[in-house]
Amino acid sequence: MPKATGRETAAYQRMIVASKPKRPLAENLVWAFVVGGAICLVGQGVKNIIMKAEGLTPTEAGPPTVGVMIFLGALFTGLGVYDRLARFGGMGANLPITGFANAIVAPAMEYQREGLVLGVSARMFTVAGPVIVHAVVVAVIVGTLSHFVGK
Amino acid sequence: MGEHTLCFPTRPAILSTASIAGPQEGDGPFGDMFDVVKADTLLGEKTWEKAEVRMLQEALELCVYKAGWGLSDVQMLFCGDLLNQLSASHYAVRDFPVPFFGLYGACSTFVEGLILGALAVDGGYASHLVVGSSSHHDTAERQYRYPTEFGHQRPTTAQWTVCGAGAAALGQGQGPLITHATPGRIVDPGIKDVNDMGSAMAPAAADTFITHLADTGRTVDDYDLIVTGDLGRMGKSLLVTLLKHKNVDLSQRLLDCGSILYDHTAEVMSGASGCGCIAIMFAGYLFAEMQAGRAQRILLLANGSLHSPDTIQQGETLPGIAHAVALENSRGGDAE
Repeated sequence: MPKATGRETAAYQRMIVASKPKRPLAENLVWAFVVGGAICLVGQGVKNIIMKAEGLTPTEAGPPTVGVMIFLGALFTGLGVYDRLARFGGMGANLPITGFANAIVAPAMEYQREGLVLGVSARMFTVAGPVIVHAVVVAVIVGTLSHFVGK
Repeated sequence: MGEHTLCFPTRPAILSTASIAGPQEGDGPFGDMFDVVKADTLLGEKTWEKAEVRMLQEALELCVYKAGWGLSDVQMLFCGDLLNQLSASHYAVRDFPVPFFGLYGACSTFVEGLILGALAVDGGYASHLVVGSSSHHDTAERQYRYPTEFGHQRPTTAQWTVCGAGAAALGQGQGPLITHATPGRIVDPGIKDVNDMGSAMAPAAADTFITHLADTGRTVDDYDLIVTGDLGRMGKSLLVTLLKHKNVDLSQRLLDCGSILYDHTAEVMSGASGCGCIAIMFAGYLFAEMQAGRAQRILLLANGSLHSPDTIQQGETLPGIAHAVALENSRGGDAE
């Protein structure tokens, strides 16, 4: 029995769809809202403290807040908590900047056993690499456009 | 006999088994059936790979010991795991002074080993033979999926690789006898979703099972249990449906190791998987059930998904395979 034909695959796919357990969409949405919201609440708290303590405007307080949140994301990844949070928080945990920190720190931790150069350094961006590449490419395109059109 | 099925006239016996399980497997419903349950997944080693090697080593040594042999008595060793270049097996048997064959059948490796082992024993080429296989959740995750600490939501059909190693000693003597084997052929239903391996493997399991029944003239009722490896809840329900279309009702006798190894928790989703899954469930649970006489005749139907992460990214599909061995207690002896 060689590889299935396209028609056989399509028929089997229909059978799979019929018996596939449903993704608990409502539950996932609620958890994503709670987890994502909680992370943003912490972020806002951090920002307020920085603004008060340093006497900064909201715009000025942005970058240091991001720094603190990246640190917290990395810390909770290191403590082995973040992957559990994301398992039920889904995008609520992946989307904030703490999720980005997780995507870089997790491979850095994983591959330290292959050494500092070929392990950590070479493979640190296995998860976040594509995000960075696309962000840079889009930034170049949008930046170029706005230079000529935006004014 | 028949199209693909082998019948072993001398009926090689499974003389002893050994099972080493990780902490999460130990917490499951079969926790106290395993010989050793480890307290953590690193076993005090520096890497997950070293931990898997240690588990497999311990399983092989314990199995040889329980058979009443010394390491130097073993004439052949068949072993496999999930890692690239079979590295867990190779390092585990590095210190064993024993002729060694590395096997890769993904999660079907253990039964693939039992078939080849039974061939060697039945052919008179070995009287002291050991089969083993292992898997480790974290070594599999980093090779097939994501770094272990990376947070991501698991789809409902995803499976959780078992942390464990199992081994069986084959020879002539007392113990469950290997009477028949139906080696599987690759069946590729064209599935591309690596998070749904149960669906990719179910058609292979159905194919091998139908072949086995046709070749031996047996029916589902000839077996106390038909044990699949790691189809998971998803693959199991598909196998039942696929066989129903062929007018075979398996639902009363089917036991899927992957679906029952863990308590139902959110983390494991569709169930357990990996080379260690059917290995520790057979070595720990089913072997004891047969010895206690609670099961007289069982069919191990181990399935595997033979893909690699690279071929999947290149747009390839998941080829499935399933190997079957029929075991029965000596006293149940029917004439064949």
